[in-house]
Amino acid sequence: MALRIGVPQFPGSCDEVDALLAAGSVGDAELLWHRDRDLKGVDAVVIPGGFSYGDYLRAGAIAGLSPVMDAVADFAREGGPVLGICNGFQVLCAAGLLPGALLQNANRRFVCRQVELSVETTSTPWTAAAEPGQLLSIPAKHQSGRWYAPEEMLAEVRENDQVVFRYAAGGNFNGSLDDVAGVCNQSRNVVGLMPHPEHAVDPLTGSADGLVLFRSLLSGVAA
Amino acid sequence: MSADQTFRPAARELPDGTTPIGDAPGLERAKALGLTESEYDLVVEKMGREPVQVELAMFSLMWSEHCSYKHSKKLLGTLPTEGPAVVLGPGENAGAVDVGDGWTVAFKVESHNHPSAVEPFQGAATGVGGILRDIFALGARPIAVLDALRFGEVDSVDEAAADTPGIARSKFLLDGAVRGIGHYGNSIGVPNIGGDVYFEAPYETNCLVNAMALGLAREERMIRSAATGVGNVVVLFGAATGADGIGGASVLASAELGEDDASKRPTVQVGDPFEESKLVECSLELLDRDLLVSLQDLGAAGLTSAASEMASKGEVGLDLDVQLVPRRMEGLEPFEVMVSESQERMLCVVTPDKVADVIAITDKWDVHGTAIGVVTDTGRFRVWDGEDLVGDMPVPALVDDCPLYDIYPEKPTEPIYPAPERRIPDGTDASDALLRLLASANIADRRPLFEQYDSIVQSRTVRRPGQTDAAVLQIPGPAGSVGATGTAGTPAQPGDVTSGPGVDDLHGAPIPGVGVAIDGSGRRVAADPYRGTIWNVLECAANLACVGAEPLGLTNNLNFGNPEKPHIAWQLTEAVRGLGDACRAVGSPVVGGNVSLYNEGTTGPIYPTPVVGMVGKVPDVQRTVPMGFGGDGDLIALVGSFAPQLALSELSKLEGRALPDGLPDWDLDHTVAAIVAVREAVRKGLLASCHDVAEGGLLVALAESALAGGIGATVDLDPFAVGDEDGRVSLFGEAPGGFVVTGSAETLAELAETSSVTVIGTVGGSRLDVRCGAQHADAGLEDLSTAHAALARLFA
Repeated sequence: MALRIGVPQFPGSCDEVDALLAAGSVGDAELLWHRDRDLKGVDAVVIPGGFSYGDYLRAGAIAGLSPVMDAVADFAREGGPVLGICNGFQVLCAAGLLPGALLQNANRRFVCRQVELSVETTSTPWTAAAEPGQLLSIPAKHQSGRWYAPEEMLAEVRENDQVVFRYAAGGNFNGSLDDVAGVCNQSRNVVGLMPHPEHAVDPLTGSADGLVLFRSLLSGVAA
Repeated sequence: MSADQTFRPAARELPDGTTPIGDAPGLERAKALGLTESEYDLVVEKMGREPVQVELAMFSLMWSEHCSYKHSKKLLGTLPTEGPAVVLGPGENAGAVDVGDGWTVAFKVESHNHPSAVEPFQGAATGVGGILRDIFALGARPIAVLDALRFGEVDSVDEAAADTPGIARSKFLLDGAVRGIGHYGNSIGVPNIGGDVYFEAPYETNCLVNAMALGLAREERMIRSAATGVGNVVVLFGAATGADGIGGASVLASAELGEDDASKRPTVQVGDPFEESKLVECSLELLDRDLLVSLQDLGAAGLTSAASEMASKGEVGLDLDVQLVPRRMEGLEPFEVMVSESQERMLCVVTPDKVADVIAITDKWDVHGTAIGVVTDTGRFRVWDGEDLVGDMPVPALVDDCPLYDIYPEKPTEPIYPAPERRIPDGTDASDALLRLLASANIADRRPLFEQYDSIVQSRTVRRPGQTDAAVLQIPGPAGSVGATGTAGTPAQPGDVTSGPGVDDLHGAPIPGVGVAIDGSGRRVAADPYRGTIWNVLECAANLACVGAEPLGLTNNLNFGNPEKPHIAWQLTEAVRGLGDACRAVGSPVVGGNVSLYNEGTTGPIYPTPVVGMVGKVPDVQRTVPMGFGGDGDLIALVGSFAPQLALSELSKLEGRALPDGLPDWDLDHTVAAIVAVREAVRKGLLASCHDVAEGGLLVALAESALAGGIGATVDLDPFAVGDEDGRVSLFGEAPGGFVVTGSAETLAELAETSSVTVIGTVGGSRLDVRCGAQHADAGLEDLSTAHAALARLFA
């Protein structure tokens, strides 16, 4: 049976269709409505980019309180694979499912550019098909993507091998602490990153390097 | 909601001779609102009495230049508007063309100049919001934004500015406008795929912010704005109504700017892209579910304009109750509700049986709809405040009876614009001149601007800004099956989702798309309104040719000064004549547009700036080539009927030379033939790179291709520059119709069968080395790149 992937849609989501398309390359993908607690029995969840609820108050803050995120939190606690992209990463941090917070970029501007990421760990369901240290060319586009964690939390994240992606040398354009572009939770099933792998699934539109995250899901589930 | 509420107000019986309550404010008030005495007299004649407050407010807006086009309508009637691909021409919210396979692309450009001059962030942001609403009001999903920006000299400092002496105004306006455009477009998930920006002194106190949007729809799903069906219900949805932007169209958009513009701040609206993103999804879902008779956005002149235009198109009357309009503040007068320009609102007409369903969908998206009126057979626009009649006007008087004015063009006998400041001495060495040109504000790399925009959301962007002269979108793209239908919660079929092209599909089956460009150098038009406008259209078509796109239609925004002045009337008349001739020459009908007049600041009129946006068909987006040089050893050729001249060039500007009085004629047929030849060569895959020669001339075009490709070139222009012993005209002169292309000897020979091709050099190395006559330009790529990055400091 095909893998089923759910993509929560919030008012203000922008990249939910792109996430749907990318997830659809490895299974059946469907949108989940923000007011529904029902995840419809999906096998994995991708929280898309955008500006959920206008990003008012603080990026991702309100979405973290939505009914669908209640269900996603339960799903995550039970070990279900969850990927948060850009605003999805912000939502997961705001909901306490991932360590750290995303602050405004160092230059306080929205930046859209192709970046190189290195895969720092392959022991997550979203990187299992990648090579350790593999470089991925993936676009980033955000205004609040500077990952930050207090000293103790950073030490813990490092110690537990929770840094999943780093900006490759010289590519840390937003001022993230320790060049961190993406992290996972301690149980490793929840991953968040600021760059957009769903926008790197076709060479025609720039790159296909992001596919490996979605393909990892297949090996992850098989294992 | 109860049936009672839904159908309030029903059309009401009105005894003969009933007139609205309240006194007539009179002529002096009418003049303060922008009506002339003779216009006021005409209103009185059409009404059979003096208008009361609500009526006067509504007439003053509907009869403003912004809404009535009273000084330009006669001229616009001369433009070609018909073509094989045209689905919707001028007159609807936006134009639309057939791009094949049943898909339609709607597009339009609009200005938000004066609001941006007063408050650049919100002015530019709401400019984007407004043009996007025009697109989804047609039932099309917005798929792209482009923008054309014009500011004063980038390093200007205004020591005499009224409020803020010493302000670096252009830097401030540029920063605010770019942030505003990014804020709105990025937040709503519509990619910004291109645009242009120029810095010229005449825009110092009257900047231009023009935004163009594209939308995608199945042709059968497009919806019109005409209100029809007596007894149908008028539903308002989106943001609540406040006091923002009251009188924006008449006070701000239809008068010259002055010294006390800070006091006009309350007429600038504030945008909320989150509200609009919900409006987009809600509107498209309403259409998906076939719940609407018609749909219209609220823009300039708010409810007044939206409702009366809908009634006029449907040849019906409307009864509307302002008490039913949801407010965001207390104490609004009825006339304020009618003219408020609060953003992010839509108006639709619904059959009575579907009102409850419509309201339910608007509730789902938190853009709560409210029935505020009803379609009548009276032909009159009646405004109620609960039980009180507060306005009663014949719809045609409001919409159609504004007098149209002749303008009286007269070519000025003296130059209008002073010479620019000199920045380099005459005879500057070619290498130095190249570096200065690359670092000059009109030529420097636009990356620091466009990096602030999301150019890739929606997964259609095949060529990002800076990679090609025109943006390229795949249509419908992999999201077509999901995105264009707008139904959230209805997942795509897995088959659709996986049908996007993968690695193996590249250069397999053709992937259709469109090329889009926006152009409009005001300096050319200031020198010669007729030929300058033709040049701008040719450049737009040339940009499309570089990606293999054949023009399907064009939208334009005519940014000019006060047309009541003879020299401005002359600029406008000549430019429109040029626009018409150019559109006929390149085979691109005008499908819509906008006119922005009275663009005069404290320093005089702006450069006349007709901005043109063109959409063209690309049969296979995989065949589009970059503007950057690619393969080591590729041959470089100059293609086309290129007859450069230094007058008007960017080099002449740096040398402080005044505009020439007129441009020499060029062979329009030959130029168009070259554009067609290049387009076909790109479509056949003959070229490795393609870039049109524009500002800065041939040498700058070569440098731009070298920088974009990250590889140098060695060029000898003498085969082209016969008779130009000095060489500067060939290196730095500008004219339409030239392309710098690369390819192999064989492919260039094939292109030579249909166009003039002169091989001028070879790609390779890490330097750009160009000889021409007595001139020799030689610089390393790193130095070129450093110079080209000059705009980055503006955003530091």
